[in-house]
Amino acid sequence: MKSFSEVKEILLSTFGEEVILGEGANSTPKSLLVKADQIDLVCKELLQNPGTYFDLLSCLTGLDNGPEKDTMEVIYNLYSIPFDISLMLKVEVPRKDPHVPSVSHIWSTANWHEREAFDLLGIHFTGHPDLRRILMPADWEGHPLQKDYTEPERYRGMETVRNEEE
Amino acid sequence: MPEVQYSYHKDNLAKSEPNIYHKGNLRSEEMVINIGPQHPSTHGVLRLEVVTDGEIVVDVVPHLGYLHRCFEKHGESVPFNQVIPFVDRMDYMAAMNNEHAYAMGVERMLGIQDQIPKRVEYIRVLVAELNRIASHFVAIGTYGLDIGAVTPFLWVMRDREHILRMLEWVSGARMLYNYIWIGGLFYDLPVGFEERCAQFINYLKPKLKELDDILVNNKIFIDRTANVGVLHRDLAINYGVTGPMLRASGLKFDLRKVDGYSVYPELNFNVPIGKGEKGQLGDCWDRTWVRAEECKESVKIIEQCLAKLHGEHKRSKAFDPRQVVPKKIRPKAQDLYVRSENPKGEVGFFFRADGRSDIALRCKARSCCFSNLSILAELSKGHMVADLIAIVGSLDLVLGEVDR
Repeated sequence: MKSFSEVKEILLSTFGEEVILGEGANSTPKSLLVKADQIDLVCKELLQNPGTYFDLLSCLTGLDNGPEKDTMEVIYNLYSIPFDISLMLKVEVPRKDPHVPSVSHIWSTANWHEREAFDLLGIHFTGHPDLRRILMPADWEGHPLQKDYTEPERYRGMETVRNEEE
Repeated sequence: MPEVQYSYHKDNLAKSEPNIYHKGNLRSEEMVINIGPQHPSTHGVLRLEVVTDGEIVVDVVPHLGYLHRCFEKHGESVPFNQVIPFVDRMDYMAAMNNEHAYAMGVERMLGIQDQIPKRVEYIRVLVAELNRIASHFVAIGTYGLDIGAVTPFLWVMRDREHILRMLEWVSGARMLYNYIWIGGLFYDLPVGFEERCAQFINYLKPKLKELDDILVNNKIFIDRTANVGVLHRDLAINYGVTGPMLRASGLKFDLRKVDGYSVYPELNFNVPIGKGEKGQLGDCWDRTWVRAEECKESVKIIEQCLAKLHGEHKRSKAFDPRQVVPKKIRPKAQDLYVRSENPKGEVGFFFRADGRSDIALRCKARSCCFSNLSILAELSKGHMVADLIAIVGSLDLVLGEVDR
């Protein structure tokens, strides 16, 4: 059975410290911080290296840290079925015009998960084959999970905020 | 009186959920058929844009979001303990399993997962497995209905009713329970529940055999489902397909065994996997068969739980199901991903807590049906339109979980 430190060693020897930025604090499973524009290469290596073989992308989460920190994050939860090990990868991008390379050509799971992150947070995944909204209507304005999001008052003449007095 | 609420335009639908295919990118012999969102065979509000060439499906584009209720927005606006009712409404066919996963995640963040009393854990597993049977019954029954078998649906709904009434007795609600709390339970099992449950299991066992005979091994059913929608194992993993669908493709991957959470390591049960008995490995028949077999395994688990709840961990005056329920839920600053085995696959929650409040900064639900649905286009290309219905049914979708 592989351990987290072995996986980290493998990645460090391939990509070096300028791409694998370090370990994330307080996370279960353990996490690695990765430079945003290389995440697709790191993921490809994690899948294709027979020593790691992370074949299941369990979850892909987009996350907004709010206007104060001014960053957004994408979090990848990987699992290797043969080695029975979980790994979390995190990338951080600036909040203004966030761009992350798509990993949908590596795991097809990412296709819809990235669409969801784009829909709810407005993170752009470069190289995604079909980046459009998935849960919200196509003509919805704004990305609801951004921390400074304010709901539009009306959508097609319908009030979106309930008036308690009526 | 409020004024007109909705301004109608002819192209409202086309604007809010536009089709991918139009005159410009279709070949002359191709045609777009729209199925749903209000079509019984889509098991909810799913819209399928189907491109056909005669009877043959060329491409399927699922359009989702008709049941989107902003679970993740709610998850970051209300305290951890108040999210549980929203979790129920994700996969409303198996609310107990969702609650179990969610409660486990928050308990791990708080670091109290080892303090949970054994009786609480056994009750959790008991109700979750009852709910698993109910969920699989709906999956199998409505699948039969989709492809023309009406009687099995009525039979499994009759048996499911027993489960719903028992869970209503436990929690007060038929489908959306809010029963499993962070650190404990809403209440202990009602007096006499164990006996009633044992009676029900005795009643259920022959019914499961009957279900096998009337539906799963029925010649018409086999002809309709074998060799249809064959899903290869590697493709399934690449698409993040989990649960009975992945197991039907021949991989023994069950998080109850792999992760061994809660008291599952103490229980004895098998993980049925598809064998390709009636057709190719990973076809629609295998998926249904795996679900039917899992019901039998759940029965085994329930029997063992009942034995424990009668024996080692029996009812006592001193037992308090809310003993370790925290007064204040304020986890340390951390990220946590928790996953567990829902009847439909791997349900996961990603939390980020900031350590200062009892509200999550981010609460993302990894829904199994969402990933399971994404493979639909791959599965149905080249099949007949009638087989497309059989394939959609075999995915066992709950749109409440796809859209969240």
